[in-house]
Amino acid sequence: MDFTIIVERDILALFLQGLLTTLKLLGISLAFGLLISIPLAVLRVSRHPLLAWPVWAYTYILRGTPMLLQLYLIYYGLSQFAAIRESFAWPWLSDATFCTALAFILNTSAYTTELIAGALRNIPHGEIEAARSYGMSKRQMYRHVLLPAALRRSLPAYSNEVLMMLHGTSLASTVTLLDLTAAADRVYATYYMPFEPFVTAGLLYLALTLVLLRLFWLAERRWLAYLQPRGA
Amino acid sequence: MFDGYIGHILDGAVITLEVAFLSLLVATGLGLLGAALRLSHNRWLSRLSAWYCITIRGIPDLVLMLLFFYGGQILANQALEKLGLGERFAFDQFISGVATLGFIYGAYLSETFRGAILAVPRGQAEAGQAYGMNKYQVFFGIVLPQMIRLALPGYTNNWLVMTKASALVSVIGLQDMMYRAKEAGSATREPFTYLLLAGAVYLAITSVSLLLVKWAEKRYSVGVRLGEVS
Repeated sequence: MDFTIIVERDILALFLQGLLTTLKLLGISLAFGLLISIPLAVLRVSRHPLLAWPVWAYTYILRGTPMLLQLYLIYYGLSQFAAIRESFAWPWLSDATFCTALAFILNTSAYTTELIAGALRNIPHGEIEAARSYGMSKRQMYRHVLLPAALRRSLPAYSNEVLMMLHGTSLASTVTLLDLTAAADRVYATYYMPFEPFVTAGLLYLALTLVLLRLFWLAERRWLAYLQPRGA
Repeated sequence: MFDGYIGHILDGAVITLEVAFLSLLVATGLGLLGAALRLSHNRWLSRLSAWYCITIRGIPDLVLMLLFFYGGQILANQALEKLGLGERFAFDQFISGVATLGFIYGAYLSETFRGAILAVPRGQAEAGQAYGMNKYQVFFGIVLPQMIRLALPGYTNNWLVMTKASALVSVIGLQDMMYRAKEAGSATREPFTYLLLAGAVYLAITSVSLLLVKWAEKRYSVGVRLGEVS
């Protein structure tokens, strides 16, 4: 094995570019995914079946099929329909970055919705009673009590989802995007050396994972401090 | 409607299930081994298992699969050359896929198993020892049956994740359902139709698995009374 080749200028630049794409995809999909999943989670726990049921179906379907399939459906599949090819949205829907981000956003939003919905369901009843006894309306309750509490409590589980998503971004390499995995694949194809590029990519992903875990640890210490067992 | 491709894709579903089942088998073995090593009193073995879990969980499945597939091929060829068996050996996609998925989910399962073993009350194993059972009798006769119930949610969850992750073998060229759906889609210029069909089969696999999980959880919780609130 000869890792000196990795630090050559062109290859290093390729890896950095890939790393950037990976981070960009991760950031976009997590941000938008979280944004949609909050209202979806509220609908999901609604007692009204017409509100809860469609969200259940949405998360069930997205969580029950591989993300690779969802990505292919959007990127390759949609071109089947002339109506879509001629619509105003086609410039976006024929763009690999847009399609990938869209697939990732939908996928992570399904998992995150269930996470937050689970946290909402498990909020101690006392907190809701307390909010009610202050005379809060339902909207006020969600805004000031339920959502903050649920979002904080889903932090530990959300860290898992973020790591899954980081791994998931590697699928972008299958639809021509140059992410970290694709960078390694390109180096492999050029030099016919599998170990050095893929091990390098793997170590970079590992480093990202450790950084993310650390960030979540800090976040939990900040926002979940009030749930920690008290020290002696 | 499906131009005879439906059989082609269903054959692919069989391959998908084969990959998933065999990977689960490998993962279960590695998971038990990993849990045993992690809980062993030997510090180095315990560390080895911990590192296995951390590295695997930090690296995407796809990267590991490409590493195994391309790297394994070169390693195998070099080994054959050294042994004087000059024949070139094509590293099978099926073997690479199963090995990678088994190796990855073995790491996840070892954590599940470790947690479950630790959750079986210590007194249970001690009672077995008091009856004069040896280490294996205690593990297989007493700890294992009780840990199954505790490990079941994590285990089945991993199965669901793994069946979906098995779609990745299509990237290295194994003709599983995903690969065939994409192939049929581009041949007929109806990619959406065929990918949707494959999606429906994946969803069916998930749904059937969930039903079986419910049944198994009931079966292994016989005689267990959960905390009943109010």
